[in-house]
Amino acid sequence: MNGMHDMGGMQDMGPIRREENEPVFHQPWEGRVFAMNRAIGAWGKWNIDAGRYGIELLPPADYLQMSYYEKWLTRNLELLVKSGLVTREEMETGKPAPGSQKATPPLTAAGVSAVAGLRGNFMRPEAEAKARFEVGQQVRARNMNPVGHTRLPRYARGKMGAVVRCHGVFVFPDTNAHFLGELPQHLYSVRFTARELWGGDASPLDSVYIDMWDSYLEHA
Amino acid sequence: MPTHDHDHHHDHQVVPSDPALRTKALESLLVEKGLVDRAALDALVDAYENKIGPRNGARVVARAWVDPAYKQRLLNHASAAIAELGYGAAQGEHMVVLENGPSVHNLVVCTLCSCYPWPILGLPPVWYKSAPYRSRSVIDPRGVLREFGLELPQDVEVRVCDSTAEVRYLVLPERPAGTEKMTEEELAALVTRDAMIGVAKVVPPPGGKA
Repeated sequence: MNGMHDMGGMQDMGPIRREENEPVFHQPWEGRVFAMNRAIGAWGKWNIDAGRYGIELLPPADYLQMSYYEKWLTRNLELLVKSGLVTREEMETGKPAPGSQKATPPLTAAGVSAVAGLRGNFMRPEAEAKARFEVGQQVRARNMNPVGHTRLPRYARGKMGAVVRCHGVFVFPDTNAHFLGELPQHLYSVRFTARELWGGDASPLDSVYIDMWDSYLEHA
Repeated sequence: MPTHDHDHHHDHQVVPSDPALRTKALESLLVEKGLVDRAALDALVDAYENKIGPRNGARVVARAWVDPAYKQRLLNHASAAIAELGYGAAQGEHMVVLENGPSVHNLVVCTLCSCYPWPILGLPPVWYKSAPYRSRSVIDPRGVLREFGLELPQDVEVRVCDSTAEVRYLVLPERPAGTEKMTEEELAALVTRDAMIGVAKVVPPPGGKA
């Protein structure tokens, strides 16, 4: 979806505001939202790509105005209901439905301390995906404008680049976000020169490296 | 503050508008339903506030500076080399390390969201997640670096890495001159989060080590 989130190349967003000695969480509720997101994730009702898509669905004005954790909170309220973990009525009353059975949380404090237990794994080396490209090859990023989730930024579409690294086989976000399967495929680091992306005024030395799935690319 | 419910068939607000109140209400509900364990939430907050942060990455960098064999492993197989020091978890499963030097400067951004190597840098600062950084880093990296106080000569190649997939990037900053006699621990203390994102260089201590 050509949404507000796909902002690479915009120039009117103002100065970068830094904060000295920034705390990890500015308010206690931010930490709780972060933690709830991780703990609910352990139910496996949605995946990282569906989660990102949930944030991309926020109206553009909200997307720009909300803080990071406010976006997470809003997205999670939505996904909790969509996934059936919480009903709309429960969300409204703030109470479990009368007579509903109490569940057992999949993530416990002990599970958190073994931090490795929180790892994800997005590689699928066992999948028999064919690599259509190799290091050194010239490629073109496809010109595509899907209405669903994609990780091909608009600023790179239609541009020529070169494969500089093969990362291996990874889950494909464009289908995974919509629960249409993982469609594992090769992932590459592709180098685009700044001049190819931004024109002749850009530095002749500079470049942008973008991770690209196999089906984002075509032979140049 | 907007509190849209994005199911447009359903037009009333489901929760109070203040995020702190909404969060509290949600946590109570999830705990009562047995969907989350409150102690697990406490442990998660504690882990990211107190255990997981840029000091982890600084130790990786310092080790690479003092141990050429480790540096090679780090550049070739970053996830495994980082795991040697005991780091690795969510959002750091597939690591790649980019080396900065006198003629090449890497910086990392995620234009589409805010991807960041949590296990070694902790959670990202607000500026990294902000629209100005995400939008401008790819089109005007030198201008962005200037905002961070880093003016790069025209003959230094700038490589912007847009972190669009589940690969997470760590910049290995250049070891500053005048630090030859410093211990690994002292070196680690010099390494900043910003240098490992690529928006700063590591600055030597004034006058080098006494």
